[in-house]
Amino acid sequence: MSENQSASRPVPDMPSGAEPLATGWRPPRTDRLFVIGLCILGGSYIVFILSLLAADVYFIAGTNENIAGLLASDEIRYSIKLSLVSCTVTTILSLWIATPIGYIMSRYNFRGKNLVDAILDIPIVLPPLVIGLSLLILFRQTFVKHLDDVFPIALHIPAVIIAQFSVACAFAVRTLRTTFDEIPLRREQVALTLGCSRSQAFWSVVLPEARRGMLTAATMAWARALGEFGPILIFAGSTPLRTEVLSLSVHMQYAAGRLDAAVVVSLMMIVIALAVLILFRVFVGGSLSPK
Amino acid sequence: MIETRNLTIRAGAFCLQDVNILIPSGAYGVVMGKTGSGKTTLLEAICGLKQVISGRILFEGQDITDQKPAGRGIGFVPQDGALFETMTVRRHLEFAVRLRRWPKAEIDHRVGQLANMLEIDHLLDRKPPGLSGGERQRVALGRALSFRPANLCLDEPLSALDDETRDQMIALLKRVQRETGVTALHVTHNQREADALADVRVQIVDGVARMQSGNLVRSPSAD
Repeated sequence: MSENQSASRPVPDMPSGAEPLATGWRPPRTDRLFVIGLCILGGSYIVFILSLLAADVYFIAGTNENIAGLLASDEIRYSIKLSLVSCTVTTILSLWIATPIGYIMSRYNFRGKNLVDAILDIPIVLPPLVIGLSLLILFRQTFVKHLDDVFPIALHIPAVIIAQFSVACAFAVRTLRTTFDEIPLRREQVALTLGCSRSQAFWSVVLPEARRGMLTAATMAWARALGEFGPILIFAGSTPLRTEVLSLSVHMQYAAGRLDAAVVVSLMMIVIALAVLILFRVFVGGSLSPK
Repeated sequence: MIETRNLTIRAGAFCLQDVNILIPSGAYGVVMGKTGSGKTTLLEAICGLKQVISGRILFEGQDITDQKPAGRGIGFVPQDGALFETMTVRRHLEFAVRLRRWPKAEIDHRVGQLANMLEIDHLLDRKPPGLSGGERQRVALGRALSFRPANLCLDEPLSALDDETRDQMIALLKRVQRETGVTALHVTHNQREADALADVRVQIVDGVARMQSGNLVRSPSAD
């Protein structure tokens, strides 16, 4: 073997104090390219979202639609009110149900847990129209129909809330389970040795630590409820001044060929959603900044 | 006094079998063993956090095997302190005695006493985020001792501390145990900790716990 050939082969274990081998390797000078790459890929999605909003605003600016008149109409004002009320009720119901489910799934092991886990995901993976159809069929069954006769649900406001709840709650369960998973069991166990019952440990130690997770779950449930469309359309119908929420208003305006009005209502939904979510974070979460 | 008689506990894939230990009242017991040997499992069983398969656990001669953790009256200091992140240090020290509905004056007195003993007066209004490792363990110790338990379990409480803080905490643990007269059971795999603290030693090897002689077996009245 020639001298040149042996010099080009790096020796794995270099003796200390020896000169560096000429392998052609240089330490990286800068991470700038990596950071720029991240910013381009991440930023492109932000730009895409902002472009959607900008396009809507631009479209509205050039329209002849009587925006003030549309927003002042009884139908749209009712639709706004129903959306805000139904989403808030749905959020409270979702947290009420999702908190115990998330806690049980996080803290207890039992036979069939994987099956229960899969069942909890059904509302997330099913197409929204299928959920709406299933709700409609369920409330046509004899035993539920009797309840419907006494307390009208289908095609009334309770149907809006049930349709929103059926999907929003599943998202709240997912978020809260992760939240409880992240709170170490040891803290609860210490509370037990200090004299707490399991219930006292839950209320005094676990729940205060889950506050931010609950806020996230509430935000997600509220946003999901506001955007819900298919199940409400099928199960509650889209009767103006009765079951018409904002997502249905957009659909009805669009279906009637009034694209301008549909875009106006869409933008209003975006503004309302942003305002509520920001207020929620400030008043319930205490800050807009991440912690 | 902490005593176990023929105690068998499942510890992950294996069992700790026929554990017979006796830590006399006011003594400092140290449990040693390799990682995964079942030291923590033994402590959890004594605290009531792990179900036993067979055998009995006795405190001061009373069988408490079937009692819930809350009824055992035992202080527990876990490995990382397991502090309640939303509560101030003061609230930690008050937690157990508030549950026991002590009068406010008594609670305030006890908090002052603990803060003084553990040198955490200046931390009372702070919350756990931002406390150092040593400070967290002092708070966890204060919380565990707040309701004056007769027995105290410590699960590798010094494992995450630097050498200097560890030495300070060893001195503090010795002093606090002497002042309170509490019977301590301390799990560690650190020989230096065991040498400095142990009156009584328990060695766990291959699922079997054996009592060993410690530095001295001190009667509660010796100090």
